[in-house]
This record gives sequence, C-alpha cells and structure tokens, in this order.
Amino acid sequence: MRLLMFLIAFVIVAPLLATHDPMSTDTDSQRLPPHAAHILGTDALGRDVWSRVTTGGWRTFGVAALATVIALLPGIIGGLALSAAPRLIEHLADSSINAVLAFPSVAIALIVLTLLGQGVMPLAFAVGIAQIVPTVRVVRGAALAIRGAGYLESARSLGATPTRIVLFHVLPNIAPTLLAYAGVVFSYSLLNSAALSFLGLGGEPGVPDWGVMLAEGRQAFRSAPWIAFAPGVAITLSVMIVNRAADQLGRSPRR
Amino acid sequence: MILRVIGVLWLAATLAFFALRLLPGDAITAQLVDSGASAAQIESRRAALGLDAPLFTQYTDWLVGVVSGDLGVSMLDGQPVNEIVARQVAPTISLALAALLIAILGGLTLGSAAGLGSSSARFALNIALSAPIYWTGTLAIWVFALLLDWLPSSGDSGLTGLILPSAVLGFHTAGAIGRVIAAGVAETVNADFVFTARSKGLPEGLIVWRHILRASLLPAVSVIALQAGFLLGGVVITEMLFNRPGIGRVLLDAVMRQDYPVVQGIVVWTAAVYIIVNAAADVITRQLDPRVAA
Repeated sequence: MRLLMFLIAFVIVAPLLATHDPMSTDTDSQRLPPHAAHILGTDALGRDVWSRVTTGGWRTFGVAALATVIALLPGIIGGLALSAAPRLIEHLADSSINAVLAFPSVAIALIVLTLLGQGVMPLAFAVGIAQIVPTVRVVRGAALAIRGAGYLESARSLGATPTRIVLFHVLPNIAPTLLAYAGVVFSYSLLNSAALSFLGLGGEPGVPDWGVMLAEGRQAFRSAPWIAFAPGVAITLSVMIVNRAADQLGRSPRR
Repeated sequence: MILRVIGVLWLAATLAFFALRLLPGDAITAQLVDSGASAAQIESRRAALGLDAPLFTQYTDWLVGVVSGDLGVSMLDGQPVNEIVARQVAPTISLALAALLIAILGGLTLGSAAGLGSSSARFALNIALSAPIYWTGTLAIWVFALLLDWLPSSGDSGLTGLILPSAVLGFHTAGAIGRVIAAGVAETVNADFVFTARSKGLPEGLIVWRHILRASLLPAVSVIALQAGFLLGGVVITEMLFNRPGIGRVLLDAVMRQDYPVVQGIVVWTAAVYIIVNAAADVITRQLDPRVAA
C-alpha cells in the first residue's frame, strides 16, 4: 500500500525530474547509449529517454485510470442490479455475459478505436469498454456471495426496499473486494493500453507515453536496446506495485 | 447444456455482426475510393456483395450461412473466410498449444513452490504477471536471437522458430495459472488431511504431489480454460512481435481494413473454441471434485 502511494506520488512529480525537453529532437545525438549528459541514452530522434520516461507516466497512468473508471462505473451498477434481478433475467444475463466473454477483447478494443479515432479518450474507452462485462460478473458474484448474510435478512424483514438494501447494505460490504478488483482492472488497463500503443493504435506521435516509447524502442532495439528498456521497466514495476496493493486489499477476485 | 452453448454462440455471432456495422464505411468503399472508382462502380460492387440490402436481411442471410458452415467471402479478394482461417490456423494453434503447455508446467512448478513459501518463485510469478509480452518478447529476441544467436527471432521456421514466441507467451500465462495454484497450495498446506498424511509418515514429496497439488488443481482448471480465451489477445501481439503468420495477424489486418466477413468469421471460430473449452472445463471440474458434482 505504501509502495502504491509512493508510485503515484512519483508519477505525479516525475516531470520535474526531467533533465531535457522530452519533445525536442536533436539530430546530432541520435541513439546515444547512456552517458553523463543523457543518463538513459537518447532515442532514434535524439530525444532524452530519461526525460521521456519521467514525463510519460502522466499519460500512461491517466489513460489507465480513465479506463478503470469507464469499466467500473457501469460494471458495478450492472452487477448490483443483476444480483437483485429476478431469476429469468439472471439466466438471460448469464448467457449474454458468456457471449461477450467469448468475444475476443482485442476485437472489442480494435473496433472501439476504429470508431473513435486516436488519442487519450478513445484509448481509455477501448480498454475500459472491454472490461465492463468482466466487472459485471465479478460484482455480481461478490454480491451473491453475501446474499444469505444475517444483516441482509434483518434489513429485508425491516421492510427496506431492494434499492436501499443494495446501496446501503450490499455495496459497503463488498467494497473491499471491489477496491482490490479496481487494482486488477487498473493494472490490466496499463498493460493493455500499452499493448494497443505497441500495435500502433494508441498514441499520438511525439507525446511521451510508455507504450509508445516501447513501440518506438522496439523498432530500434537491434542497435539501441536501452530505448525500450526504460519504459519496459517502468510499466513492469508499476503493474507489480499495483497488483501487490490489490492483493493486500483483499483476496483479489479471480478473473 | 448443449442448448446453452448454442445460445451463447448465437449471441456472440450476433454481437460480432452488429458491432462491426457500427463502424462508418466498409472495405469496398475504402478500397475503391482509393483506386479512384466512380460512385456508380462502388454501388454496383457493393450490390454484388449484398451490402446494399437492408441490415436485417444481411444479418439473416449471414446467419443462415453460418449455420450451414459457410462464413462468407472476404470483401477484399473474394476468398472464402473458411479457407483463410484454415490456411492460417496451423501456426496459431501450434503457438497457442505450445504456450499453454509451457504455462501449465511453469504455473504448476512456480505456483506450488510459491505456495510452499519460496519467495523467489513468488517473485518470478509477479514478474510473469506484470511484464508486458511485448517487452519480455523484445528482451528475449535481443538476448537469445541477437546476442547469443541461439534461436531465430522471426518467421515460421519449424520447431526452433516456435521456442521463443511460445516461451514468451507461455511465461505470461504461467503467471495467472501459478497465482491460483499458489493460493490453493498455501490454503491446503494447513488442511487436516495434509496433517494426517504427514503423521502417517509419508515422504514430503508424496504429500505435495498426491495430497496438496491434487486439491489445489481444481480452481486452476477453470483458470486455465479462461486463459485459453485470453491467449488470443496474446497471440495477436506475439505474432506481430515475432513476425509470424497466423489468425491474430489476419484479425488485426481485417479490422483495420474493415473486412467484415473475415472479422466475423474469426470471432465465430474463436468464440466457439472458447465456449467449448470452458464447457469442457466445467465437466472436468465436476468429474474431479465430488463436492461440485453433488
């Protein structure tokens, strides 16, 4: 948990640590290995890798955070509503959920990106929308797991309406599970938005972003492996820290 | 059970059909506009492919085709979708199966070691879960193909060409499987029947193998089945990264060029595989676990 706080704080202040302008290209210093002036070397356009990694966190984390919200809001509402729905609807919903899960999520993301174009919001939507239905399933499962609890029984016998029960009794009690699951969705979004950038679908050219940097680094990694190394380490470390925090928050739900 | 599987398949196919129709334009228009065709030529080409018919008619026609095993033809070159899939499926299946094998073996080994308290195994699992495929893949190519020159980095050159991509994809999947096994093992170590086995004087290896692992494998079966579905996402990236032919690249290409019938066909195929694998996992779980069967 403390590590996660540190990570978020670091990503926020990291642009201050940049030693160069992350966007400025320099044809005289292309693909320089790490040395005193450029501590992580320079990329194919002569931009400073360290400065791009420290400033790139904003966009990468921003997209992942947006995607998490896009996945969780409808997912939580849908999951809670389903857990209180009558049997018939439940059965129908079950089949629909399975149908969407069978639909390759890469295809969903690709379709959304083709529809919305490129940029931060389209990327966040592409990654987030693909996660809505899995979220519905997890939330519904968590809500059903406490269905027989005594406090729900008492609320029901006191005459509380279903909406009230779901909002004031079910939701607070599954909150730890949801928080842990939010961590899982966040790290998934981080990996997947970078994956889409890697496929050449996410980023705008020039703007520093870890996924885009990896894709650019990959093209030059035969002659300059350090370009891909730094953003790769950044993504891996971030995902590890988020996963760890999610693990601690609760026995994280299975995907 | 079978009715349900068919229902889910129909829903997935329908979803594929209508989701793609949300996109503006289609492959024909894009292709012909680029080559400078007139509006009338575009119209006649679209009519020949049935694209001017009402959406619902197109849908029912397509569905009737799917039921009779005909997934239509590519808009771009008129090849039957079934033939495209058949030609590309072999490299993808060998990649997915090899990766799944590595993932199961790696997940079992690392997972049980981590569950029994090995912190280096736990660390390896964390790395497997956290490192993106396109990064571990890039590193693997750099080390094994460029620095050491042991293995080819690309192409479909038989078994040696399969080692790197399947290891990279399998390592990532091993993280998800190993995590569940580690949790199961950690939970089972303190179970009563393990205590009994130990007080009977059984050797430690036998206790782990016959008692602990067997009880921890059950939840892993459904995770392995789910991972089989996620593998396709990994396959798209792995095929790109290692420059391999296969279904993943065809899918990526077809979405970008809005070749609807090809995308729909691949989605129907992968959905079918996913649904059948998961139904099979349900049956296996029921066979293995007397508690679920009851």
